[in-house]
Order: sequence, then C-alpha cells, then structure tokens
Amino acid sequence: MTFGYTGKIAEVNLTTQEVKDLHIDEKILKDYVGGRGLGTKILWDRLGEKWRSIDPLGPENLLLALTGPLTGYIFGMRVCCTGKSPLSNGIVGSTAAGEFPMELKCSGYDGIIVSGRAEKPVYILVTDDGVEIRSANRIWGLDGKETIREVNKEVRGLLKERKPNYGLWKEPALLYIGPAGENMVRNAAIMQKWTHACGYGGYGALMGSKNLKALVAKGTGKLPDIYDQKMLNELIKKCWSDQFANPQDRIWGTAAMGYTTGASSSAEPVRNWQEEWHDKKSMGIIQFETRSWVKRYWSDYGCPKSCMKLSVVKTGPLKGAITDSPDYELQAYCGTNLGIFDPDGVVYMAALIDDQGMSGINTANTIAFAAELFQRGILTKKDLNGIEPNWGDPKAMTELANLIITRRGIGNVLAEGTYRAAVKISKMKKVDAMQYAIQYKGIEAGAHGIRTGAHFPTLGYALSVQGGDHTSVPRPPLSEARSTIGDSLVYCTMSSPPNLRNVEWEFFKAVTGWDMDSEEWTNVNGRRIIQIQRAALLLGGPDVIWEPDVDDDNPPRWYTPLPSGPFKGASLDREKLRSERIEAYKSMGWDAKGIPTSEDLKKLGLESVDKALQLIRN
Amino acid sequence: MPSGKIISITCVDSNRDGLLSRTAPILKPWIIRDYVKCSGCRLCEIACSIKHEGRIWPEASRIRVFMLVPGAEVPHLCTQCSNYPCVKACPTGALLTDEKTGAVKVDEEKCIACGACIKACPGEVPHMHPEESRIVICDLCNGDPECVKACSYGCLSKGTRSQSVSYDLYSIKPEEITKNLAINLYGEKGEELFK
Repeated sequence: MTFGYTGKIAEVNLTTQEVKDLHIDEKILKDYVGGRGLGTKILWDRLGEKWRSIDPLGPENLLLALTGPLTGYIFGMRVCCTGKSPLSNGIVGSTAAGEFPMELKCSGYDGIIVSGRAEKPVYILVTDDGVEIRSANRIWGLDGKETIREVNKEVRGLLKERKPNYGLWKEPALLYIGPAGENMVRNAAIMQKWTHACGYGGYGALMGSKNLKALVAKGTGKLPDIYDQKMLNELIKKCWSDQFANPQDRIWGTAAMGYTTGASSSAEPVRNWQEEWHDKKSMGIIQFETRSWVKRYWSDYGCPKSCMKLSVVKTGPLKGAITDSPDYELQAYCGTNLGIFDPDGVVYMAALIDDQGMSGINTANTIAFAAELFQRGILTKKDLNGIEPNWGDPKAMTELANLIITRRGIGNVLAEGTYRAAVKISKMKKVDAMQYAIQYKGIEAGAHGIRTGAHFPTLGYALSVQGGDHTSVPRPPLSEARSTIGDSLVYCTMSSPPNLRNVEWEFFKAVTGWDMDSEEWTNVNGRRIIQIQRAALLLGGPDVIWEPDVDDDNPPRWYTPLPSGPFKGASLDREKLRSERIEAYKSMGWDAKGIPTSEDLKKLGLESVDKALQLIRN
Repeated sequence: MPSGKIISITCVDSNRDGLLSRTAPILKPWIIRDYVKCSGCRLCEIACSIKHEGRIWPEASRIRVFMLVPGAEVPHLCTQCSNYPCVKACPTGALLTDEKTGAVKVDEEKCIACGACIKACPGEVPHMHPEESRIVICDLCNGDPECVKACSYGCLSKGTRSQSVSYDLYSIKPEEITKNLAINLYGEKGEELFK
C-alpha cells in the first residue's frame, strides 16, 4: 500500500476528449515524490527524446497540475503547475497556494495531466464522479473575480442537481487563467483565488494555448490513508502551538519587506532596476496595514500562519481595487519598480495584474522594461499607442498592461516577455535593448537584487534551472536541489513554523512511512530533478536555445554600479564570477561547458538524459 | 473578545429577571462566531474531522467554512436553535438534543438520510456524511469543541448561552452572510462579487 497518495492521476486529452486514469509505480513515487519532481520525471519520460522540437504553445506540450504526498497534511498547501515552459523552453515547477489541491485530492486524484488542444474554450471539472470536459464559452474573456463567481455558481448548481439531498454544497476550487493567459501572453500566470499565482514559467499562456480556461475541483472524499495517524496528529499539534506562540511571525507576511529591502538591504527593484535603493516611508508596512488592509489574516487551507492580507483602495481616483497584501514581490514589481511609492497605487496596479491573470513579477517586469525604453526615447508615445508610461503613474502603467494583455500594437511584442521583446525591439529600433532586460533564460528575475552581494547569492539566478525564479536559486554551499523539497512534497515553505525547521521529513515519515532527510534528498533525489531540468533547459526549444557560456550570467545592468544608497558603487565582478562559476559547475556535476556529465547522470540512473545531451555535447 | 463570563454578566444586567439568572445560570455552551475574523485557515475543519473521523476529511467536518467570495470566509455550523426545527422534522426520531450541552445528537442507527432536517433548518446547516447514509451535525464535542481550540484568530470561541441573545438568528445560510461580508470588506464593489 502506498500511503499518502490517492494513487490516481487524471489524464485528459483535449484534442480527442479522452479521459483516463494514470497510476504511477511506487518506485517512481519514492524517487520523485510529487509536484516539481514527479512533473519533471513525467515530462522527461514523455517528451525528452524530442524535447527541442516541442513548441511549448503547441498541442504536444503537456500541462501538469500536481499535488505531493504532504499536500493537505502539513501546514499550508500548494499546487505545482509545470510543462515545457513557454518562456525558458525548460521545465519550471511553479507553485501557488490555495484550496485547489485539497479539492483535487478529496476527489480522488493526485494530479491532472492535460495534453492536446480543445477546439473551443473548455474547463475541466473533477468531482467524486470523475473527470469531465465542459464548455467554457460563457466564461472565456472573464477576469479572475468574474470567473470565480460564475464557475462557483455553475458548479454548485450542477452538484445540487446531481445530489439534491446532500445539503449545501461548498464552492469548488479553481486553477484558472485570465484574459492574459487566453491571449497567450507568454509570461501569464495560472491563478488561484483572485491573487495567488503560479507565476514563473508562463503556464497561463500554456493553458491558453490549449483553450483551457480552468481546472475546477470539488470532492467530498477523505485524504488518503497514511502510515501513522497518531504521529501526524502530534506533529500537527506541535506545529500549530509553535505558530500560535509566535504572533509576530504572522502579522505582516512578506509585505513588511517593501520598505526594508529598498531602504536597508538596497536590493529592491526601482524604475526597472536602475536603482535598488529608496527611502520612501510611504511604502512602510504601517501605511499598508493602516490604510489598505481590510483583512489582516488571510490563510489558505491548513495554514496556521496566514501571511496573506487583503487590501482595498477605499477612496480617490483608484477606488475599488482589491488585491492581497500586496506581498513583497508585488510591492516591488507593481510598485517601486514602476516608480510607484504609495499604497493605493501599488494595490491598484497589483489588482489589475491579478484580475487579468498576468504574473505580478514577470509581466510587471516587462512593463517596467517598456517604461524604461520610453524614458530613454527608444519607444515613443506613438509606438505605445498614445500611452506615456511615466514612472509613478499607475493609470498609465495599467493602460500599458492592457495593451499587453490584448496584444495591441507594441503590446503584441511585449506580450512575448522581456527577453523576446528585447530581441525584437533591438532589431526594430537598432539599439541594444537587452541591456535594459532583467531576465535569466527568458524568465524575468525575482525582486531580489544581487549587486550588494549581501541579499541574494550573486550566482543564484544565473545557475538556476528555473531562470529568474527567486524561489529556486542555489545558495552556495547549498545546491539548488534544496529548493525542490517544498516544490515536490508540495507544501508552502512560507508557512513553516519558526522553530521547527526540517519538520517536513517527520511529516513525510508519518504520511508515507518512507525515510528521507534533507542530505539524502539533496544528493540524490533533488539532484536528479535538477539534472533533468538543466538538460531540458539546455536542449531548449524551436525559438530559443541557451548558450551556457553566455546565458549562465547576470543581466548587463547588474555589472554596472549601484547609483545610490548605502551600497552606492557596488556591482558584480565579472571575472570573479566566471571563476566561481567553474567551481559551481563542478559541484553540480556539470562539465566546463555547464552540461551535466555522463558520469553524474549515470550515477543517478539518468541514462536517457545523458543520451539526449549528446546533441549538445560536441 | 467577549468571554462566556462577560456574557452572563450582560445577561444579568439587562434582564429584569436577573436574579433568576444568577441563581439558576444557563450553563449550556455556544460557539461564538466572529465572522470578520475568520482567516479561512480551516484548522477548525481539520480538528473537527480528526476528532470525529480520526483523519483529515474536510467534507466530513461538522463545521464547514464556505468561501463563496475570497476573503469572505463563513464558518457554517449548528447554532442549537431554541425550538430545534431539525429535531421536529426528523421522521424517524434520529435527532435528539443533549441535555447537558443542548447539542443535536444523531442516532446513526435511526437516521435514514432523508434530508428532512436540512430542509427544516433555516440555515441549511446539516449535511450528509460523504460516505455513509446519515446526516452530520455539530455535537459541540460534548461541551469542549475542538474547532474552538484550533482557532487562533478569535473567530471561534466558547461562550455560555444567555437569555439576552436570540441564537436562532445564527441559523442563516452562508450565501446571506457572504453578501454582507463582501460589502463589509470591499464596499460597493462587494455587490459585484457574489450574485
């Protein structure tokens, strides 16, 4: 008996409308566990041999939404979406918190794999009765808030009709896309509950390419049987008490960093990273908590921490905008990086980004990139359909966002994400626009600067198999394999109780009965996942192939000195980083060109990866 | 947040028969619900299902948190109405009231899962057990509710029933509370979020 899993993954082919159940061998589950790990394994097994030729936005690509063995049992739940990334052509494990994974497991499924492309817009509904493909004609084009309202109404009505005696039906949970995903904006997100995004990877565009508006689940079943319920109950109690005893740990979430990361750490994006320092106390947490927050503690299922908060603009010209905290990343990318330094402006911008299903980090990075091109006169008002995206003007920034979502005019170029837009605009305008692009292998960088050398590792993003994803960077001497733990057991690393580090493996034992620790995971299981992801990333896709020598590097801007703040003058030393990179390659089992070595791959049992890499070895 | 004790004092002060209240206090518990404080963490559902089913099972929880509008989470559970319409409606006598706590108890042998109690309940609080042919209703954990112990936000707390409050008002559908909460949180925009 495999504990902690329902034992079934739903496979849906949207072209043939065929639905079937997939059962995964226990050996594979033990090795790859779930979420990012299992997703990487499934993608590689199915697409690895022809990886380079697969168009991420074509019907051959797969969209996976996977839970893990700890989803639902441990504090704070997430779902991991993956597929061949429309941005990097590699594999990104992109997670978001919310109730969808709980409802999926309670419907009897550990995950969903979607292939093909529907002729007309559809959504996939998973219930106790199985999986069905339903028309999404009525909800195509709706924003996030409208989508949730309409799907809740439709599905609750349907369930009541089917089981009239059950009593009141709770709402289903959704993973959905907004208009940005529908229009295949390359860095669009897959959303949950208005504001929670699987942001990195561009999987909203992948869903849009399949004409798939939403994955919807409502189950009434129990979570799967586990190895030791008594042990789990004790762990739950311990985690809850620990969290309850530390009220300060939950009071602000990451929202408190919007001021501090700029003012103290000098690592916050300001005006497309032209600066990383500001001392705007208008961005202080006390402003958000007293002016914007209508709900101080907002949790996802099973989370005793509730780092999320809900914000509303209550007055003035931006009145009516609703979003979450915004958390640090969105304060930075929808705020300081657009030159917006007031809570109302940030909430307004973040609300639009969320409602339209863009990624608050990635699409907003592209918006700032375009705004800098406007600042420098490379893109003109005429190029921008009459919009003047001056720093600090939330109305103009949202107009620019709308241009991207609808792919009108230059919006059609910017909708390809920062990297591809920079390539195109460089040609169009005969300038080097890449020097203003803050991205890694097609994936826009998280809101954590590295020029001071003290905030984020200087070779983190450059070596990450997930590009600019700030949640998946190697932190020497720790390998990136560490970051696959939370993404594969699939829980929220933000909600770990403060005094209970490494408690995840105790939960893992109680749920699955299997033994594992961080060291073994990092050296074997996690390393395997990273090697496959690295191989896929280097094999690339039909439109872009990365050259490690060029692309395992930081954006040009980060080699220029910080112009302001306590770390004024700080920048990265290219030569030093190049020699550190050689060492980092070695520690990951990569050769001098950055390609995983045959020796390391064979040791990990990844012969098929070794074989596929022959294409780029010579 | 009001504790059980404070409620009794209020009762005594506001009630002309205060002396009676003091000499014959009503000790039955009530789960106080402060809706605006619900974080949506559902630790109450986890605690309830572990207590009653021995495992995590959201839909078997006797307290269910509805999230018809994100942010407007509504914990939905029995309020122990003064006239117990569910008990009256039960055709087989499967519903009984607990003398000590006032909770509605389900006699699993007698329950035929007809749903009459759901229809009789103004808040449609009871719902079917997801796997077995019987209804589930909050039993107040015999006076020591697990959901209250799991709630750290002051949304759920344990109080003592007083005569000055009409607890029957809390038998109300989550849709109605959602509409109010959405406007409370989001102002006029709240009207568009739930139709």
